[in-house]
Amino acid sequence: MPEIMLKTDNVIMKFGGLTAVSELNIEIRKNEIVGLIGPNGAGKTTAFNVITGMYYPTSGKVLYKNIDITGFKPHSITELGIARTFQNIRLFKELTVLENVLVGCHIGINSGIFAATLHTPAYRKREKEAHEFAMTLLKEVGLESAAYEKATSLPYGKQRRLEIVRALATRPSMLLLDEPAAGMNPQESLELMELIRRLRSEFDLTIFLIEHHMQVVMGVCDHMYVLDYGVTIAHGDPASIQKNPKVIEAYLGVD
Amino acid sequence: MKLTKHQTYTLIALAVFGVFAFLADSFFDAFTLRVFNLCAIYIVLSLSLNLLNGFTGLFSLGHAGFMAVGAYVCALLTMPPELKEMNFFLAPMVPFLKGITLPFLPSIIIGGLAAAFVGFIIGAPVLRLRDDYLAIATLGFSEIIRVLITNAQTITNGAQGLKGLPRFSTTFVVWTAAGLVTLFMFLLMRSSYGRAMKAVRDDELAAEAMGIDVFKVKVTSFTVSSFIAGIGGALLGHMITTIDPKMFTFLLTFNILLIVVLGGTGSISGSVIASIVVTFLMEILRFLDEPMNLIIIKTNGLPGLRMVVFSIMLMIVVIFRQRGLMGGKEFSWDMVSAFWSKLKSRKGGRHA
Amino acid sequence: MTVALLFQHIVNALSLGSLYALIAIGYTMVYGILRLINFAHGDVFMLGAYVAFYGVSLVALPWWASLLIAIVLTAFFGIGLERIAYRPLRDSPRISIMISAIGASFLIENLGVLIFGGRPKGVTVPDVMGKVLMLGSVSVVTVSLVIPLFTFALLAILLWIVHRTKTGMAMRAVSTDIEAARLMAVDVNKIVSFTFGIGSLMAAFGGILWSYKYPQLNPLMGIMPGLKCFIAAVIGGIGSIGGAVLGGFLLGIIEIMTVAFLPTLSGYRDAFAFILLIVVLLVKPTGLLGKRQTEKV
Repeated sequence: MPEIMLKTDNVIMKFGGLTAVSELNIEIRKNEIVGLIGPNGAGKTTAFNVITGMYYPTSGKVLYKNIDITGFKPHSITELGIARTFQNIRLFKELTVLENVLVGCHIGINSGIFAATLHTPAYRKREKEAHEFAMTLLKEVGLESAAYEKATSLPYGKQRRLEIVRALATRPSMLLLDEPAAGMNPQESLELMELIRRLRSEFDLTIFLIEHHMQVVMGVCDHMYVLDYGVTIAHGDPASIQKNPKVIEAYLGVD
Repeated sequence: MKLTKHQTYTLIALAVFGVFAFLADSFFDAFTLRVFNLCAIYIVLSLSLNLLNGFTGLFSLGHAGFMAVGAYVCALLTMPPELKEMNFFLAPMVPFLKGITLPFLPSIIIGGLAAAFVGFIIGAPVLRLRDDYLAIATLGFSEIIRVLITNAQTITNGAQGLKGLPRFSTTFVVWTAAGLVTLFMFLLMRSSYGRAMKAVRDDELAAEAMGIDVFKVKVTSFTVSSFIAGIGGALLGHMITTIDPKMFTFLLTFNILLIVVLGGTGSISGSVIASIVVTFLMEILRFLDEPMNLIIIKTNGLPGLRMVVFSIMLMIVVIFRQRGLMGGKEFSWDMVSAFWSKLKSRKGGRHA
Repeated sequence: MTVALLFQHIVNALSLGSLYALIAIGYTMVYGILRLINFAHGDVFMLGAYVAFYGVSLVALPWWASLLIAIVLTAFFGIGLERIAYRPLRDSPRISIMISAIGASFLIENLGVLIFGGRPKGVTVPDVMGKVLMLGSVSVVTVSLVIPLFTFALLAILLWIVHRTKTGMAMRAVSTDIEAARLMAVDVNKIVSFTFGIGSLMAAFGGILWSYKYPQLNPLMGIMPGLKCFIAAVIGGIGSIGGAVLGGFLLGIIEIMTVAFLPTLSGYRDAFAFILLIVVLLVKPTGLLGKRQTEKV
């Protein structure tokens, strides 16, 4: 069996009196594509935020490759190899497409302020490599021609792709995608599914994704967790989830 | 090393400017020369504030405080003992400082480092706060620094200030400083670290998620900005040759903020251009505050009118053209050619 | 320190505290609905005092008429200020609106220098305010007692408006969630104007009472009190009216008492507020009575 990349151990997240996530126990193995679905407000993004260090869980542990990363700062978690995208696109608005991706490369370049400013030979070499890597990533999603345009000038679908490759620029082992198909039409969603599969194999990734688009989720996930009001109501492969009465009840006709 | 066409233009422009500055030093009258050199100091100051506000997105209002630290530390180090003796007539100076006299260059660097240190100490706790709270906290610290300076009679001579400082801020010195700071900013913003700063400005959360230690970037930016502000303060002190706590009030920070906003936050060339324009404008408009003799009308001067004009300018820019003069972009020779061809096509159009 | 002197200090502390509270309320209300630090608020305080002064000295109105007219006019000024300097920037980044506020503050101060003249003006304190009462061996100026009374009266009226009227409820809604309030058909613009109006009115009142206690006007008189009162609002819990009052009194008491008991520190008087501010911001940024504000990721 492939190794366990990510495991949460009874994670509970409370905000004051509200329990956003209760007793989350997930297990994701290497190179799997795992889904996290559930009605709006079910606590999915909250779960992501706990895993990536943006929230400190009320109780419970987050384990990445068997290291306890609970309470680690988000940037440290990214350095360890978990990258994410956001539900509401969070691109760097004043930067170009290429620069957005290059920001993701920053941890790879890893120079202090003086080395960078003085453009030392070591820095220049790493910067050049970063540029090349960033362009490769952009080519991967067909954005290389827009490299020098401002990120916000891209149409919505392309912005979402940009956010994905920006996350990839951090050279993660694990990618967390928060509703990558939001706002996409069926054609675009299919292309996205293809992209996700391709990225998994090309970059040796493990992928955990939140999605509402049922066809995307069912088509691409190896298994999935279903949350409703923070509680995990089901877990299994797409076929069994589709037939699960509790899931159907929670969604009640949402497709 | 082969240069591009644009790089060649820039070098030529710099050389021309260098000659101009040299000539100015020899031929301008004292007053005009002072204004000219003040521009250089404001370039240093506005770039240091822009680094913080425009490039890292940290709204700090404490700049005057760091300038004061740099100015005072440098002054106390450059003043010879007899000068110190003369100044500290109300209360004798602390003995260990009295004997130290250093040349200008080490003094100003130490002044900058002192300001950087203060920036680091203040920054570490304060940078965790949200924008508006950060603004008030930094303003608060600036005022605390001022109060401390006013009360530390035996170290800073308190409210009396320090007079007769050696005039080390020559044309060469200030414009070299301005050039170095501009170069530094240019190189920094072109680098990966500069990109990280801009990312922090644009979206802190996303920057953190991309592996950037946002807090460390903020503290670094704050410390470096304070260093440069300290240098600027020292340069100012040694040009005016007098410093006292009343110089380093919020008004000073406001003037620099004005330049940064007018020139465009996040634009280096914007700050440079605005520094020159605003400094000259401030002097030219000084006549508004003085008694005027317009032949038919004799006014007794309208003090406050100058600042009214500048406040209105600031508000107009921030309300209608938020991105400032340069619109967040940097000056490029392309802009000149684009502007030129626009002019030409207009003329052509009228003939047709 | 005699009991008489102590009593005097306490009275002064309460007066100063009340004045700070009056001004702090304006800051906290505006911050509550717009998340804006209205830098110009301290200058509104100054305007109120000047308008009342000119009402008496130029128009020869009786002091109470001048006071009432001044606070109303200043209220309208506050509303106008919001319209011109803040409303156009409501959807802009918060830094822009703060810069506009700073610009407005400098503008008003320098207009003051321009129009009123930079030289301090002496206020004729109305007899009823200036009378010195003898309570035992303690001499107390009437105004020092009037100030807390008026403050509490105004505060009571304000709290009644906020908690018992529809407008007040709308204010609270806007302060909690401006978007949701808009969706609930609250006329946000009107509520914002109303808030500015009340805040300015109270600041003007504070300014006029201040001028009866410290009868010297100058166009820059609002700067320090303005800053300190914002700090008071933060200390008490920004967004909370009760917090503003608490903060105002706390600040006034600390300022007077520290100088009373440690006179060598009187040079640092202005710094106390800032030191207190920084301590509060670092230890409990939401202030003593404030609510936690979370940002959705």
